[in-house]
Amino acid sequence: MQLIVDGQKHEVDVEDDMPLLWVLRDELNIKGVKYGCGVAACGACTVHIDGVAVRSCQTPVADVDGEVTTIEGLGQPGALHAVQEAWVEHQVAQCGYCQSGQIMQAASLLSDIPNPSDADIDDAMSGNLCRCGTYPRIRAAVKTAAAKLQEV
Amino acid sequence: MGKVGKIARRTFLLGAAAVAGGVAFGVYKVRTPYENPLKDGLADGAATFNPWVIIDSEKVTLIGPHGDKGQGVAHVQAALIAEELDIELDQVETSFGKPDKAYWNRALSADGVPFRSTDTSFAAEATRSVMSGVAKLLGLQITGGSSAVPDSFVKLREAGAVARETLKLAASNVSGVPVAQLTTAHGAVQLPDGTELKYTELAAEAATLEPVMDIKLRDPSEWRMLGKPMQRLDMIAKSTGTQEYGIDVEVEGAVHATVVCNPRKGGALTNYDASAAKEMRGVKAIVEVTGGVAVVADNTWRAIQAAQAIDFEWGPAPYPAEQDGHWEAVARSFNDDQLDKQWRDEGDADATIAQEGTAIEVEYRVPYVAHQPLEPMNATVLVEDDKVTVWTGHQIPVMLQQQVAVITGHDPEQVDLVNRYMGGSFGHRLEFEQVKLAAEVANQMRGTPVKLTYSREEDFAHDFTRHIGMARAKGAVKNGKVVAADLQIAMPSVVVSQMGRVGLNIPGPDTQIAAGAWDVPYTLDNYRMRAYRVPELAPVSSWRSVGASAGGFFFDCMLDELIHEAGADPLEERIRLMGNPVARKVLEAVGEMSGWGSPLAAGKGRGVAFVESFGVPTAEVIEVTSTEEGIKIDKVWVAADVGRVLDPVNFENLVQGGVVFALGHAINSEITYSDGMAEQANYWDAEGMRMYQCPEIFVKGLENAPKIRGIGEPPVPPAAPALANAIFAATGQRIRELPLYHHIDFV
Repeated sequence: MQLIVDGQKHEVDVEDDMPLLWVLRDELNIKGVKYGCGVAACGACTVHIDGVAVRSCQTPVADVDGEVTTIEGLGQPGALHAVQEAWVEHQVAQCGYCQSGQIMQAASLLSDIPNPSDADIDDAMSGNLCRCGTYPRIRAAVKTAAAKLQEV
Repeated sequence: MGKVGKIARRTFLLGAAAVAGGVAFGVYKVRTPYENPLKDGLADGAATFNPWVIIDSEKVTLIGPHGDKGQGVAHVQAALIAEELDIELDQVETSFGKPDKAYWNRALSADGVPFRSTDTSFAAEATRSVMSGVAKLLGLQITGGSSAVPDSFVKLREAGAVARETLKLAASNVSGVPVAQLTTAHGAVQLPDGTELKYTELAAEAATLEPVMDIKLRDPSEWRMLGKPMQRLDMIAKSTGTQEYGIDVEVEGAVHATVVCNPRKGGALTNYDASAAKEMRGVKAIVEVTGGVAVVADNTWRAIQAAQAIDFEWGPAPYPAEQDGHWEAVARSFNDDQLDKQWRDEGDADATIAQEGTAIEVEYRVPYVAHQPLEPMNATVLVEDDKVTVWTGHQIPVMLQQQVAVITGHDPEQVDLVNRYMGGSFGHRLEFEQVKLAAEVANQMRGTPVKLTYSREEDFAHDFTRHIGMARAKGAVKNGKVVAADLQIAMPSVVVSQMGRVGLNIPGPDTQIAAGAWDVPYTLDNYRMRAYRVPELAPVSSWRSVGASAGGFFFDCMLDELIHEAGADPLEERIRLMGNPVARKVLEAVGEMSGWGSPLAAGKGRGVAFVESFGVPTAEVIEVTSTEEGIKIDKVWVAADVGRVLDPVNFENLVQGGVVFALGHAINSEITYSDGMAEQANYWDAEGMRMYQCPEIFVKGLENAPKIRGIGEPPVPPAAPALANAIFAATGQRIRELPLYHHIDFV
């Protein structure tokens, strides 16, 4: 079956019900996408399909009907996306393991709602668990990212 | 093992008991430094000055042997060296280094002694010194107990200064300019004429020199980086998905494995049928491991799917099958035979309570709680005939070598650990189970690297939780003041359980049963604190802040109830009772920050709590609103004194995170047993805090304390009692048991 991930076409030979998460991590070696819970309870595996945030651990690969963007496609260390820039500026991460998912969720939120209220941020981001407790910085970084994206 | 080793093992972490044994190992052994491990296989022309700095013609590498679980210690270790070395952090490479006894932790064991943190008496200092010697003899390289900064603060700056002065000598030899006329900056020695000799250019000459040990550390007023906001080295990697964790390790030819062990922890595997699993796509092997079965496949998901297709028969748990049985064991332990130690007995609590009347007589409980770091337990292991390589993130590298060597039959020195950044730990990665199981599988497939990943469900089933505990408290008040308190705490010993798993038999009282309650710096006229030891139940381990997370809840809730009975102000009475001036300033600061005493709208309430843990006095005020749907946590203020804040940004982040971690567990997380198994299988069952619940958190770091301390754990213990006290203030409802959601709703 064919997948487009971060702008690249891939041919994969896997079971239809293999979650996209494991196709990305173990078949395509895109390790920026994280396994946290396997049941859509933590959001660490969040990627975009056609720009919309989805939990890749609960998305059977056969159901993928659009282009997949992972954290590695959103921006790179030398060419950060505005959301990633905001994350670096606010020094959001502690262990950092959830932040791929947080950033993908935030990018999806900001494409829907360019100037989110605190309530919008709560609604969009509460499915993404951060065990280190970086939520205050995530909230601040989402607001900074919103401002950056509006400047563009 | 020789006599020295045996004595060291017996006396490790024991405090007073260690003094007796300590005499035997002698001063000489303790003073002898370890060899610099960087000299092993040192390339021609490369210079190493000590175990923390290595320079060759290409690059400067700084070794920070403390593991990074998210607390930012990789950065701060490099910054401590670079501050004195006069090099910028974008000019260096950093590494966690190899496991080695030279990286023994100088701070942790000295803080494990049964003396108050402020006690500088001869007995206290002598015991600390002995314990430090024991840690050194054991070569105890360990990240834990909020000790990374105290351990590193002097020695890593010295390491940088020694390297700098040796490089200056090398530059003097090369240029003929006297050392006194040389300066250093940006990774180079500067000659008076403006010429710059890069450290990398000087490596070959420096390699021929003995390290210059005559150094003087700079005064903090001269620091370029430390004490100011720093940009952590790992931020870009952690914002772009490019940070590699243990779970991301790719080794050529590796197979993917997962494991299912008896969910009745420590129970036997009695039978299993893997016939269906064997036939599943991608499955390469199914092998028995201690207490369970591992599935080896060509993909993690396929391994997990196949593991779920195995039918198991499990033996019984070696502890009560039902949670009630655990509580009964705790409740039975308040008796003289199980008295672990009477830690405090000032004045006469009994007589005062008899005379003034019993103001409160109450019982508190804290549950088992799991660590639940977001990166599931994992380890990649390659066993070869003369060598074992382990890739994972771990907090005790030298002990990891020993644990793996027992399984594979190698010498510990033949086991290498490539330590990785950790996706959280909270104490979980002090344990060895995931590494031992990966080693068991890899040992059955020598030559093939085996990457073992736990499913989240397996991770929950086999978390070594914090101990459960109960406290019985009573006290008396008089003339608007608290005049007596009698606190009894019963818990299993975390030290016995945790150290027992690595073969260490630890006698003597366990400070962690009493932590947060015996070492409170309050001067109550009449205070008795007794700790009772519950026989071992389910296996338990160190959970962020360890005993203080329980003892702090018990003591502070008790104090809050007594203050209420006295009719005093919760903050003012705590300040009145606070004997230690550094701690008093912490309470005063949190009062000022939070506007304590200012009027609150209807339905709102404020609670304050103070706990000292790991030598850090920490006070928190929490403001809540009681709504029709439940309690909303609005704001939190935290003041803590670590002596010196090395990075205010990271400090704030760690304090905020500690509060969130603690509040999440206080609200909704526990582990309970039924049929011998944890009833919680995934984050749905023990969520922790989510964004929508997260309050604003204001942080202040004070610098009045005489010794530098770590901030990883101290923000945790005061959060739960401050919240419980705030809920009382807002609603009149006293909740004496965690998690709180059994008694009240949260929004």
